[in-house]
Amino acid sequence: MHALFDIAAVVAILATVRVITCLNPVHALLYLIVSLLSVALVFFTLGAPFIAALEVIIYAGSIMVLFVFVIMMLNLGAKTMEEERTWLKPKMWIGPGILAAILIAEVAYLLLGSTRAASARAAVGPKQVGMSLYGPYLIGVELASMLLLGALVGAYHVSARKREQPEIRNVTDTNATRTAAGRDLIRTGTGGPSRAA
Amino acid sequence: MSIEVMLNAAGLAFVTAGSRWSQPDGQVMFLFVLATAAAEVSVGLALLLKLYHQQKSLDADAASQMKG
Repeated sequence: MHALFDIAAVVAILATVRVITCLNPVHALLYLIVSLLSVALVFFTLGAPFIAALEVIIYAGSIMVLFVFVIMMLNLGAKTMEEERTWLKPKMWIGPGILAAILIAEVAYLLLGSTRAASARAAVGPKQVGMSLYGPYLIGVELASMLLLGALVGAYHVSARKREQPEIRNVTDTNATRTAAGRDLIRTGTGGPSRAA
Repeated sequence: MSIEVMLNAAGLAFVTAGSRWSQPDGQVMFLFVLATAAAEVSVGLALLLKLYHQQKSLDADAASQMKG
């Protein structure tokens, strides 16, 4: 069990070092996925299978897909096709492939062996986590939901196209009509700067 | 990407501590770290897309005119 933990930890450290030192974002992304998977295996050996599953599903599943999507969207065009072809040379798959093969071997060993006796420490199951999450940490859950909602609105606001162009044109149109008419379109009240002769 | 690595390290520390004393609190904290990472990634990538559309470059030095 300790050997599994050590191997997974070494794989995680190697993959993370390659993430930092890679100059190419796509290569760094490959190593980052391997690093997340090995950290998930470390979680499993630490007796947290629920967190390990969440790590694979959310981190390596959705967040990495988001990264890949954005990186591939940032360079469109026919020119970058050759570039991407040079990025994804088969030589570049060797490093992450070896590390991922080590992880797969560990998972196969865990699945074939006796999983019950595999967990060295007392495993904290998902039921305990859920009971604690919706018990004393209920405020934290609410705060996390507020944070995610804020992130949703913020991401939409930042990445939205400029939608105020028609409004500005309407305002300029109104000004043009007012200057063309020579007087205020809106009858201002007593306090307003009245220009009517 | 490096922020992802750092948040992951923090989560690993939490889960290790929770496993050491066999308490579920560490895993709960890792769930919060996960939510924070997801929010940060969405906003950060949206900012990245906006910067690329404005500057046609991903160099952070090209955005130095934002100061002031």
